[in-house]
Amino acid sequence: MTEIIKTKSLTFSYPPDEGKEPIPALKEIDLSVEQGSFVVVLGHNGSGKSTLAKHMNAVLLPGGGKVWVSGMDTTDENLLVEVRRQVGMVFQNPDNQIVANVVEEDVAFGPENLGVPTEEIQRRVAVALKAVGMEEFTLHAPHHLSGGQKQRIAIAGVIAMEPACIVLDESTAMLDPLGRRDVLDTVRHLNREKGITILLITHHMEEAATADRVVVMDDGRIVMDGAPGEVLVRVEELRKIGLAAPHTVELLYGLRQDGFDVPLDALDIRTCADVIMTSLNK
Amino acid sequence: MLKDITLGQYFPGNSLAHRLDPRTKILLTVLYIVILFCARWFVSYSLVILLLLIGIKVSGVAPKALVRGLKPIVFIICFTAVLNLFYTPGEIIASFWIFKVTKEGIVTAFFMVLRITMLIMGTFLLTYTTSPISLTDGLESLLGPLKRIKVPVHELAMIMSIALRMIPTLIEETDKIMSAQKARGADFESGSLFQRARALVPILIPLFISAFRRADELAVAMECRCYRGGEGRTKLHVLHYQPRDYLVLLTYTVLLAGVLVLARFGL
Repeated sequence: MTEIIKTKSLTFSYPPDEGKEPIPALKEIDLSVEQGSFVVVLGHNGSGKSTLAKHMNAVLLPGGGKVWVSGMDTTDENLLVEVRRQVGMVFQNPDNQIVANVVEEDVAFGPENLGVPTEEIQRRVAVALKAVGMEEFTLHAPHHLSGGQKQRIAIAGVIAMEPACIVLDESTAMLDPLGRRDVLDTVRHLNREKGITILLITHHMEEAATADRVVVMDDGRIVMDGAPGEVLVRVEELRKIGLAAPHTVELLYGLRQDGFDVPLDALDIRTCADVIMTSLNK
Repeated sequence: MLKDITLGQYFPGNSLAHRLDPRTKILLTVLYIVILFCARWFVSYSLVILLLLIGIKVSGVAPKALVRGLKPIVFIICFTAVLNLFYTPGEIIASFWIFKVTKEGIVTAFFMVLRITMLIMGTFLLTYTTSPISLTDGLESLLGPLKRIKVPVHELAMIMSIALRMIPTLIEETDKIMSAQKARGADFESGSLFQRARALVPILIPLFISAFRRADELAVAMECRCYRGGEGRTKLHVLHYQPRDYLVLLTYTVLLAGVLVLARFGL
């Protein structure tokens, strides 16, 4: 498997207030992300997960260590455009990343910047809007759309640059449950159908359950890393760093403490119900 | 409520005026203004009025909407009329105290009012039939040659289109801040003018702070989408002149020449 993103002892601190010592936001991060995978990065506020995300396409440059995108060093200014084309970024507030006042113009913004010929831009805009299921809104004004729809437009804007990887930096945090589900379904579809690598930064546990891999961050370090079934069942460790396990795992954990013999690794409601039934029938 | 305000009041449609190239329409507006200012007397003015009427007819814009657009400048029109009426030297018809009404004054005031009214109506036709986006595109393309003398044409067009994009967002935000301040007991509706102006400060400061934050985030988002300024940029929609654009422009140029000749003879 080829890796799309790789970091080696990545360290970063924000410029400190005057007269104070800089507090590192990232400490010696070693991470590699495989092409085509769906990775969720979890962590509470201030754990460094957003800072890490911003290193993936050279919005921030490492204070120490290195970041490579498809083998390209992100500190190399000549490669900057290519790095940003390959790794698209979707941010938290949909209103602050939509540039144009017609949906199709906004989706076209990226390819326009890359100097793609007009006919090709038109084709890409159509493909991108179809991929996020927003083709009927092509000529709408973005400010009349819902939060989830705006976020899907932002994703379409990234897809139109034909990236290898999309980083969603808490893109679901400001959305209502319906909008959140829309966005998650969209990125999952893109991951499966188009093989685009997805890096989803979030603090919602439920979003992590269907990922290929879960990375948990705390205090600028990666503290857990593995398949959702391995990571999300470490209830006590998660609690210690301010995170709660998914509801199903919490329920099974509670049952277990009350003396029931149930496994913990049920990440969706169906499996959870099944394991409880099996335990009761025993 | 506030959300529905749009700048320039564009009325979507599919008339000939809507389908003309935005550059043609901008040039036409400029020519129209030049013709208007060259007009001297009734003959040339009636030609310009005819031009405006044809424009209104072709654009399919309701004349009512045009008249409504004049409302905010009624004061300026009256002010100009009064000034011209009393301060034009010439043959005195009537006088009281220090005011003297002259024959020339009446005529100048009449033409002045006519001129301003037609100027506003004519330019409104442009914004009524051209969406803000194509207006910006048209301006960028028309001013393109100025890039050679280092005028940041692309940047100005970008600023304009982002401003247009942000207006509804910021209006919504103002609404929210006002509600939040009202919920804390702020009073925007009563008191003297001075007190009301002071009550606006707690709205403006949060609005400014959030606008700056938005600008910062938008800049990062634009960089992430490989924005590097106007160089090497392509477009989703490229403007193309159609035969009708040339035809209309030619007609206008001939008309301009005609009005110039008429004005020469004092008509």
